[in-house]
Amino acid sequence: MPEITLISFGYFEKDLLESVAEVVKLEFRTSAMVREGHIDLSDYYDPGRRQYNGNTLLKHVDSLILPVTGKMLGLFNVDLFIPILTYIFGQAFLGGRTGIASLYRLNNECYGLSPDHHLMVERFKKEVIHELGHMFGLIHCRMQSCVMKSSTYVEDIDQKNHSLCPECRKWLGENTVEF
Amino acid sequence: MPRKISILVVDDEESVRDSLFNWFTEDGFSVDCAENAKKALTMLESDSYDIILADIKMPGMDGLEMLRRIKSLKSDSIIIVMTAFATVDTAVKALKDGAFDYVTKPFDPDDLTHLIRNATKQISLSEENETLRTKLISLENIEDLIGTSEAMKHVLREVESVAQTNSSVIITGESGTGKELVARAIHANSPRKFFPFVSVHCGALTESLLESELFGHEKGAFTGAMYNRKGRFEMADNGSIFLDEIATISAKMQVELLRVLESKSFMRVGGNKEIASDFRVICATNRDLKSMVEKGTFREDLFYRLNVMNIQLPPLRDRIEDIPLLVDFFIRKYCTSMNRQDMTIDPAAMNRLKEFNFPGNIRELENMIERAIVVGNGKKITLKDLPLEKTMVASPAESLDDFEKSYIFQILNKYNWNISRTASALKVDRVTLYNKIKKYELKPPSGS
Repeated sequence: MPEITLISFGYFEKDLLESVAEVVKLEFRTSAMVREGHIDLSDYYDPGRRQYNGNTLLKHVDSLILPVTGKMLGLFNVDLFIPILTYIFGQAFLGGRTGIASLYRLNNECYGLSPDHHLMVERFKKEVIHELGHMFGLIHCRMQSCVMKSSTYVEDIDQKNHSLCPECRKWLGENTVEF
Repeated sequence: MPRKISILVVDDEESVRDSLFNWFTEDGFSVDCAENAKKALTMLESDSYDIILADIKMPGMDGLEMLRRIKSLKSDSIIIVMTAFATVDTAVKALKDGAFDYVTKPFDPDDLTHLIRNATKQISLSEENETLRTKLISLENIEDLIGTSEAMKHVLREVESVAQTNSSVIITGESGTGKELVARAIHANSPRKFFPFVSVHCGALTESLLESELFGHEKGAFTGAMYNRKGRFEMADNGSIFLDEIATISAKMQVELLRVLESKSFMRVGGNKEIASDFRVICATNRDLKSMVEKGTFREDLFYRLNVMNIQLPPLRDRIEDIPLLVDFFIRKYCTSMNRQDMTIDPAAMNRLKEFNFPGNIRELENMIERAIVVGNGKKITLKDLPLEKTMVASPAESLDDFEKSYIFQILNKYNWNISRTASALKVDRVTLYNKIKKYELKPPSGS
């Protein structure tokens, strides 16, 4: 199984990143490390939408020449969008090496609710595993509890576990090649 | 496993194409993109897509024009148009031109998911519809009328042309040639196919029973008539009624039948209310009705009323080339119904079948194959599994009547002239057997 690198772009609590890396390790049964990265996000800001363009950001992360082997997931704390959608939690190249995920819309405060740190961390873990799943070639799953179930709202994320269902796990075992 | 739905994204903005490509591939769809309408139309010439997601505003040919062109080529295409808020009016125009739905950019992720889910549901419904339609058509395809011989092709052509009309039909042919199957095929291919096909075996019923069967009866009309009962003509309303062995009906019933055919109305036995029914009559007989008319045993007016169209079924011995197909069909039919592995037939057995005269026609062949499957070794039908007696092999010097006579005589003797058992073995009803005994003046050998 290829190793996984989580690259934080922006400020994240150290504990949060370590706990995310821990579940990633367990879920994909490979090594997962956390690194810091730097990008000038103003290049990706769309003043009309007051959001950051996920498409161009993903391409930029993919083009970064970093001493990283295996899969690379960029972590952000900004409001991401893609031109066709009002917002996204994250996105990845299906079967590719790069993905991005944002903590921004996983926070209860974003929806005018009282903060819930634990819930936010749980959501982030699920989102990170979901995008990594795509990077390993998994598509959306129909199982309600599977982490690969498509989520359009945070409530959808809360409904699922942060693990792959047996079907997705089986697929992953059969289709993942070392590189 | 459901097949992968294919989507074609048509948009001049690369970022939109990329976003939709990523979004849909993550959902497991097969996605292709085109940057303009012209390219999309070219792609559609060589590939087909289940869903086309197209932007309305594109340089060159716009989405609306592309929509019209695609719809003119393939009217059932599912096209979803994408538009900005400012162009909702155009989207409405697109809907009028046959678009499945529209979505305004940027979409709420949930809206897009719902939209695609609806389109997918529509596709699966259309496919299910198509599957059911195919099944229905295959039922109507007269699949039980097996044969590629010229004689059979001629019958099929006649069935096809007769089916679309509303005229009465007489199907003639020897016993066991498949007259009822042809009647069913006519019904199944007619505009009446969604209404009942009601079959009445006239030869099996006495005059009074046939009257009650055809016209129904009112409670108390006769001893034992405890309830009101609908007759077959009433049941066949909007459908077809098949009167088998029409030549056996009595002179009184001939008059009654003629009246019903002319007025399409009748009264139940013991009733006083006129009941109207719209049915089509299909009759069958193995007798020569014309000669019966000449002899005065069948009413001429009824004959002409029934004989608007006539289909003559060939006896099996006149279409020997169909025997292998029929054998194969019956083997599959009975192996399936008996839950056995498909069997084959030994070439020697097949050759012998081709030489056989088959006085009982296809019914006899079917009976033979069924028996052979029951008694056989479960793998191959051999000569010993077939009840072919040397005396029954065709001899061109003898007439069909001679064959029939000797065959019936042989079976009667086999069952000690027990009429019920003999009729059952011959797969004909007792009345027919009595008629045959009378026709051939058969008598039990002295001592039996």
